[in-house]
Amino acid sequence: MELLVASAIGILTAGGLYLVLRLRTFPVILGMSLLTYAVNVFLFASGRLTTGAPPVLREGMTTYSDPLPQALVLTAIVISFGMTAVVVMIGLGAFLGSNDDHVDDRPEGEDDVTEGTA
Amino acid sequence: MTHWIIAPVVLPALLAPFIVLAARYHIGIQRAFSVAGVLALIAIAASLSWQVSDGSVLLYQLSDWAAPFGIVIVGDRLSTLMVLLTSALALFVLLYSIGSGWDDRGRHFHALFQFQLMGIMGAFLTGDLFNLFVFFEVLLIASYGLMIHAGGNTRLRAGVQYVLFNLIGSTLFLFALGSIYAETGTLNMADLAQRASLIGAEETVGIRVAAVLLILVFAIKAALLPLHFWLPSSYAEAPAPVAALFAIMTKVGAYAIIRVYTMIFPPDLEATAGLHDTWLLPAALVSLFIGMVGVLAARKLDRLVAFSVIGSMGMVMVAISLFTPAGTAAALYYIVHSTLAGAALFLISDLVRTGRADLNLTAQAPMAGTALTAGLFFAGAIAMAGLPPLSGFLGKLLVLDAAFETDLVVWIWAVVLGSSLINIVGFARAGSVMFWKAHGFAPPADTPADTPADAPALPRPATLSYVAVGGLLSLLVAHTVFAGQVHRYTTTIAEQLYAPDSYIATVLDTPGKLSTPKEEH
Repeated sequence: MELLVASAIGILTAGGLYLVLRLRTFPVILGMSLLTYAVNVFLFASGRLTTGAPPVLREGMTTYSDPLPQALVLTAIVISFGMTAVVVMIGLGAFLGSNDDHVDDRPEGEDDVTEGTA
Repeated sequence: MTHWIIAPVVLPALLAPFIVLAARYHIGIQRAFSVAGVLALIAIAASLSWQVSDGSVLLYQLSDWAAPFGIVIVGDRLSTLMVLLTSALALFVLLYSIGSGWDDRGRHFHALFQFQLMGIMGAFLTGDLFNLFVFFEVLLIASYGLMIHAGGNTRLRAGVQYVLFNLIGSTLFLFALGSIYAETGTLNMADLAQRASLIGAEETVGIRVAAVLLILVFAIKAALLPLHFWLPSSYAEAPAPVAALFAIMTKVGAYAIIRVYTMIFPPDLEATAGLHDTWLLPAALVSLFIGMVGVLAARKLDRLVAFSVIGSMGMVMVAISLFTPAGTAAALYYIVHSTLAGAALFLISDLVRTGRADLNLTAQAPMAGTALTAGLFFAGAIAMAGLPPLSGFLGKLLVLDAAFETDLVVWIWAVVLGSSLINIVGFARAGSVMFWKAHGFAPPADTPADTPADAPALPRPATLSYVAVGGLLSLLVAHTVFAGQVHRYTTTIAEQLYAPDSYIATVLDTPGKLSTPKEEH
């Protein structure tokens, strides 16, 4: 099980990093999602891997799984879900506005200051 | 247990939804509540600072759960100083955004502003690492909204970059927290400080990885080279009042480094020896140098200010990475200075934009209100470049003085003084091109002038805008005049940081505490 979980985290992270480095909005957002999946599994594993053990006190049980990482993962999932939604909206706005989905920085002076109107 | 310590988090957290729900269509009511909220924050922050100035540590246990089981809010000298600095900065930024009308160019400016304050205050006050992550996210998600306030394609593009960079930073933060939890079984800072010192000499691999991951996260926030790439275009493209408020956000990273790397991983901890204490100082020197070179190379005023922020963060990080009480005291003095000076310069660059429609560093006809704006720019540039008589000079002197305790003292002196010279040349060039050459400026004869001579002149910035900038600059003057008192206070902060026993005892020695951890593993 350890090998399976560890390699899953590793492959997800590697794929996420590769996509993030593509520097176009859509692959980067996909890569961010993969990275957040990887980190969620990683957080889950930080409480040690157990199967079939309850997280809260119960009669007649001697081994428990750590409940704290599960709470941490829940928080992390909610936050990353919200953040992905935000970045999709901002990315869509930027793409529809300038018809260009690169996320790298343009050379200085190429762009004009645009004010006001949303 | 006093409840006041959580007020800087709760007040903006209640005010923001109230503004959205009840005052959504009335900009006047929004402004009134926003300013009143920030004034109340200043009063609360001042009284909290007064309470902890004798060296006591305030503790608030959420839902009355004792640490390390529950989340704690802790106020010591450092946290309350940062809270006070944030609320003072917020007042002038808010006044400027009202005076210049920035808050009316998009929706929900004041609500996002309050959420942003909530996140920053929470990050300064929390005593739990995972809670620090949550407050980082709160301040980031509010900053995403503020960053693209008033829209525009360039701003949206810069916003995408800013959001993505910070999302990667957050992911890294979670990896760091996971490794810390896996190694120690706790995320409470005081508890961590006790447990990190108990890790055996052969079992340090995990905690070393965690310490490096964590400092990478904070270095991204603090825009330390080579992790600074998000800063120039996002600060330059953000609306000016937002960029001015963001001046405190880089300091959140610096604060987190000071907090974590004096208490949890102090410089004399064997488990993490030879990591951040060896390479943080060179990185800080490089970012100081590159920031100042960027000032000289910038072709637009907002970029110039953004690079000067990177440079001044480099200066702060040089002082922090000495990891001595004298260095930290100098860093804290410089943090206050650099926040106020950076914010003032962003606001001044917006005054210039109001007067001449763009920020290109080229000669143009004189703008409206040029004398006053030029005077303010001059004062702000003196402060940022660290020339006498303003506080940048004193801060730099304190850093140089503290540097005698390290082996790299020659490098620090050379880089600090050399980069200051470059910075002065950069600011002098910008100022003379924008304000001086304007008077001898004639449009080239062969190209038709964009604006005929009888075109209606651009409006003068509002008086309230000048009041806000003047307020920030007068805080800088006060920071200079009372430098002795301020430095004595930052010295006591540094002493408290390097003797964290009272902090740890306050957090952990409460009814319902855990017994002292025995040897792990």
